[in-house]
Amino acid sequence: MGLEMIEAAGLTKRYGAKTAVHDLTFEVRPGHVTGFLGPNGSGKSTTMRMIVGLDRPTSGTVTVGGRPFRQTPNAPRKVGALLDAQAVHGGRSARNHLLSLAQLSGIPASRVEEVLDVVGLRDVAGKRSKGFSLGMGQRLGIAAALLGDPQVLLFDEPVNGLDPEGIYWVRTLMKRLAAEGRTVLVSSHLMSEMAVTADHLLVIGRGRLLADMSVREFISRNSADFARVRVADDAAGRTGELAAAVAEAGGRALKEPDGALRVTGIDLPRISDLAHKADIRLWELSPHHASLEEAYMRLTQDVVDYRSTDDELAGFTPPEDEAHPLDTAPGPPEVPEVPAQGWYAPPPPGQAPPQTRSRP
Amino acid sequence: MNPDTDVRGYVSPIEVRRAHLGDAILAEWTKMRSVRSTMWTLGALVVVVLGVGTVIPWAVRTDAPGPQGDPPLAYGFFGVLLGTVCVITLGALSFSSEFGTGLIRTTLTACPSRARVLAAKTAVYFCLVFALTLVLTVIAGIFEVVIINSPNPGPTVWAPATVGVSVYMALLGVLSLAVGAMVRHAAGAVTAMLGIVLLPLVVAMFLPRPLSGVRSVLLNYSIPSQLVSFYGAFGGFANGSQPSGWVSLWILLGVVALAMAGAYVALDRRDV
Ligand SMILES: Nc1ncnc2c1ncn2[C@@H]1O[C@H](COP(=O)(O)OP(=O)(O)OP(=O)(O)O)[C@@H](O)[C@H]1O
Ligand SMILES: [Mg+2]
Repeated sequence: MGLEMIEAAGLTKRYGAKTAVHDLTFEVRPGHVTGFLGPNGSGKSTTMRMIVGLDRPTSGTVTVGGRPFRQTPNAPRKVGALLDAQAVHGGRSARNHLLSLAQLSGIPASRVEEVLDVVGLRDVAGKRSKGFSLGMGQRLGIAAALLGDPQVLLFDEPVNGLDPEGIYWVRTLMKRLAAEGRTVLVSSHLMSEMAVTADHLLVIGRGRLLADMSVREFISRNSADFARVRVADDAAGRTGELAAAVAEAGGRALKEPDGALRVTGIDLPRISDLAHKADIRLWELSPHHASLEEAYMRLTQDVVDYRSTDDELAGFTPPEDEAHPLDTAPGPPEVPEVPAQGWYAPPPPGQAPPQTRSRP
Repeated sequence: MNPDTDVRGYVSPIEVRRAHLGDAILAEWTKMRSVRSTMWTLGALVVVVLGVGTVIPWAVRTDAPGPQGDPPLAYGFFGVLLGTVCVITLGALSFSSEFGTGLIRTTLTACPSRARVLAAKTAVYFCLVFALTLVLTVIAGIFEVVIINSPNPGPTVWAPATVGVSVYMALLGVLSLAVGAMVRHAAGAVTAMLGIVLLPLVVAMFLPRPLSGVRSVLLNYSIPSQLVSFYGAFGGFANGSQPSGWVSLWILLGVVALAMAGAYVALDRRDV
C-alpha cells in the first residue's frame, strides 16, 4: 500500500519505575505536517525512538507503513529521522558522515552533495563537525534525515538553534515535504512556529495523549476564543438580561470591568440572534482569537513537570530596615468580574478553574 | 491537506536498492578512515612494532657471538605485545564512540539490522588489523634476522610469527570491539580489555603456594603467554607448557565467538 502511516497502539514505555510513555494510540497520516507537542520530559523523544525501533516498547506496538520499523525492508529509504543533531563523531567531516550513512543505506554517493546543498552546508562540508555551531549541527542532522528521500520523516526539535532564516527554511521544507504526500512528524516547543507549520497536532503530557486533532480544532477547543459584547449605553441596564439569555443558550458570560460582556461557548451569530430576540441593541460584538500558545498552555498547565520559580536571592539580600514606609500594604484585591486567571487564556465554559481541573 | 496526494503517497525518484552487508562494510571503512584517532592509534602500532622489533635485536647484537638461544623472530614479541594496547583501544572505540556521541542511533536508523552492523564493523576491523600486523611483523622479522645476522629460520618459524600473530592480534581487536558493544563506554571497554589481557598474569604472581594449579593455568593461558607461544621461544611467563601457537588461536576464537554473541544480544535487546 502506498500509505505510509505511523500507527501506535497502546504504546507504553517504562524506564524502571518511571513511565515515560503511557498507552499512546495515534495515527500520523501522510500529506500533513503533524506537530508533536508536550512539556519537557513528556515522552516525545522516547516515542520517536520507539518509532524507529531504537527503544523497545514495554507494551503496545508502533508501526510504519504497517510494519515495525526493524522489520521494514529498505528502512532508510522509507523513514528518515533527526533525533539528536549532536549525534555525530566530532572528528569526522560532514561530507564523510553523510557518505558513510549513504553507503550504509545503499544510496548513491552523489546524493550526499545534493543534501549538502539542500541544507546549505556545502562550503563547510570538508570541515570536522566538532567546530560546527548549534545551527550548523542541526542542518547536518536534517541532511541525514533527508538523505534517503524517505516517505516518512521524523524531526525532533529541528529548529533548535537555527537562525530566523533557517527557521523559515525548515517551515517551508516541512510544508513542502508534506505537500509531496509524505508523512511528517515534528516535535517542537516553538508554538508560534508550530501554529504556522503544522496542520495536525498530537499533544502529550506525562506520556499520555492529551489531544489528537487539527490545529484549528485544538485552538478552538482548548481556549480561549471569546466574544466581546457591549450593549448600547442607553440599554446598559439590560446587560444582565443578555447574560441570562446567553447562559440559557449554553454559553457563559462574564462581566468585564468596563461593563462589556465576555462570552464563551457560543458563536458570534448566535449572540447576535439572542440580542435581537431580546430586542437589545449591541454596540460591539467582536471575536477574540486565542493563539496556539495559549491553547497549549491551558491544556498542559497541570502536566508540566519542570517549572521554574522566581529567583529570590533570599540568602544574599542584605538585611533591610524593618520599616518599609513606602510599602503600602496592598488591600484585598477587588473581586474581579472576569475571574482571576494565570497569564494564559481564560478557561473555556463548563470547566473548573485551572488548579482543580481534572485531567482529560 | 491535499486529498489526492493522500492516496498515492510519495515515491522517490532515487532508485530503491536493497542494501546488503557489502554496503555496510563500505560504510564502516569510510568511518574508519575518516577520523584521526584511527591514524594516531595505527601509527602508534607501526612505531611500536617496528621500533621495538629493531631496537631489541640491535641491543642484544653486541654480545651476539655466544650460543644462539632464541630464534631471531622472537624479539618481535615485545613490540607486538605493546601493540596490543593500540589494537585494543581502537577496537573498543568502534562501538563505544558511537554510543558516546549518539551516532549509533543514526547508524541503527539507517541500518536496523544489528547483525549487519556488527558483522560489518567486525569484518573491517579484523581485515585492517590483520593486514597491517602482517606487514609489520614481516618487516620487523626481516630486520631481526638481518640485524642478528642469523641464518634464515624456516617457514615453520616464519608462519606462526607473522600470519599466526596477525590473526591473533586481529581476533584480539574484534574481541575488544565486541566488549565495546556490550560495555558501551569507551573508558570502560578499554579498561575491561586491559584487565582481560593483564589481570591473569598479575593475579598469578600473587597467588599463594597452595593454589599453584590455578596459578599455572593463569600463567599458561594468559594472553601474553599465548602470544609468546607463536614464537616458540622464551620460557616466558609460562612454565613452558603453554598451548602452542595454533592452539592459542582456537582458544581465542572461541572467546571471540562468545563475545560476539553477547554483543549481538546486547545490541538487539537493549535500548539504544
Ligand atoms: N534512557 C532513559 N532512561 C531513563 N529514563 C529515561 C530515558 N529516556 C527518557 N527517560 C525519561 O522519560 C521521560 C520522557 O523523556 P523524553 O526525552 O521522551 O521527553 P521529551 O518529551 O522529549 O522532553 P523534551 O521536550 O525535554 O525533549 C523523562 O522523564 C525522562 O527522564
Ligand atoms: Mg526530547
